[in-house]
Amino acid sequence: MYSEQVMDHFINPRNVGEIENADGVGQVGNAKCGDIMKVYLKIENDIIVDAKFKTFGCGAAIATSSMSTELIKGKSIHEALKLTNKAVAEALGGLPPVKMHCSVLAEDAVKAAIEDYLKKQGRAE
Amino acid sequence: MGQKVYMDHAATTYTKPEVLEEMLPYFTEIFGNPSSVHGFGRQARRALDHARERTAKALNAQPSEIFFTAGGSESDNWAIKGTALANRDKGNHIITTAIEHHAVFDTCKFLEKNGFEVTYLPVDEYGMVAVDQLKEAITDRTILISVMFANNEIGTIQPIEEIGRIARERKIYFHTDAVQAVGNVPIDVEKLNIDMLSLSAHKFYGPKGVGALYIKRGVKILPYIHGGAQERNRRAGTENLPGIVGLGKAIELAVENMADHNARLTSMRDRLIREILSRVEYSRLNGHPTKRLPGNANFSFEFIEGEALLLSLDLKGIAGSSGSACTSGSLDPSHVLLAIGLPHEIAHGSLRLTLGDDNTDEDIDYVIEVLPEIVTRLREMSPLFAQNKGGREFV
Repeated sequence: MYSEQVMDHFINPRNVGEIENADGVGQVGNAKCGDIMKVYLKIENDIIVDAKFKTFGCGAAIATSSMSTELIKGKSIHEALKLTNKAVAEALGGLPPVKMHCSVLAEDAVKAAIEDYLKKQGRAE
Repeated sequence: MGQKVYMDHAATTYTKPEVLEEMLPYFTEIFGNPSSVHGFGRQARRALDHARERTAKALNAQPSEIFFTAGGSESDNWAIKGTALANRDKGNHIITTAIEHHAVFDTCKFLEKNGFEVTYLPVDEYGMVAVDQLKEAITDRTILISVMFANNEIGTIQPIEEIGRIARERKIYFHTDAVQAVGNVPIDVEKLNIDMLSLSAHKFYGPKGVGALYIKRGVKILPYIHGGAQERNRRAGTENLPGIVGLGKAIELAVENMADHNARLTSMRDRLIREILSRVEYSRLNGHPTKRLPGNANFSFEFIEGEALLLSLDLKGIAGSSGSACTSGSLDPSHVLLAIGLPHEIAHGSLRLTLGDDNTDEDIDYVIEVLPEIVTRLREMSPLFAQNKGGREFV
């Protein structure tokens, strides 16, 4: 049911872990629904220099967390804010329809972490 | 290294070679229609009768009380809709449980939309139905009690004899979905006061797509499929003879081998449960510690999700199943795990391993070695583990 890319990111997830003193942290989802994603960002001059995640969830939840952190590393926060769930799913070679919500969660987690950064900087929109 | 361990026998079993061997001639040589008058038909009829006798004997029923169907779901649908509609003049109340298979559960929901009232009895933390609550639920409008013999997810075996006695005393029909029990628990429909019983061949090393409904003589029930005289005018359609022959052979074998099968599986199961619970912290066994199907082990591992666990096990060649929402295609985890009182987040992290005749002690060794490593790896990825670890007692 999963593409090769999804399985690759599930078996060898990139960027698992936490960042100490992260500049932005975003957590979305809830345990009741079976999905929680937590994204940590290290940001210098509005550039995401490092991204890590921890996820409680299914194979697609882990793979989308891995892919979304890969996609935003090295990008400016403005570029990262344009990340869409569709782009995450496409980069993974597609997701089964019932798993598309995982990519939405991944997009939301990245945005929550950037918003947290902006808030800490007193630049919340 | 290519090791394959199948531990999903509650989903389906392989067909035993001796069962397949008996079935094969009925595809090519003895292909007649049992309803035909000629020799080809008569030969097929004899095989059909023989399968019916074998099935009846396995349950201590009469051959005329065995009706072949396309499987457990059909048998459940027929038993419940067929008696509900045939006995509407007597009442419209049905009693069942909160942990039934969806073939019973959804059928009851359907009847609720069509003028019937259904009581879903709760279960205790082990998944056991309270007989007292059953007694209290009975009204003068109750026409049917349907309680599964053994649960497909957590393996809990229900007090069927007591329920049968109560149903008989109150003159209410008693149906049991015994799809998981046949071949694992001795069943005597007379002694247990069962009026209807569903079974399915592919759960006891027979073929898929064939099952049976036992209907006690005298039970008032509507025919299920109209259009022919097959199955005593109650279930029309040319019989699936190879499948039925396979069912007959498989049920005979299952009853013959039951003592050995149960002793072997129970011993392997208990070692699996003991080792996993001791090797994995924040884990629990779901279901009853002793009154459970011999091959059933159902665990919850806190802080991780079941589908990720299944995928990881599959990559190691181990086949299991889970009650997490992600594996059911809905947003909610298993209704059975919720009914025994598990919070959603713990129900999501469930794993069912069901053993069968092909499993060996080496398979258990392999799972005991691999499963804890997988749980650890997924927990290291989980934000919940770091947050909650050591902070509280497990449920």
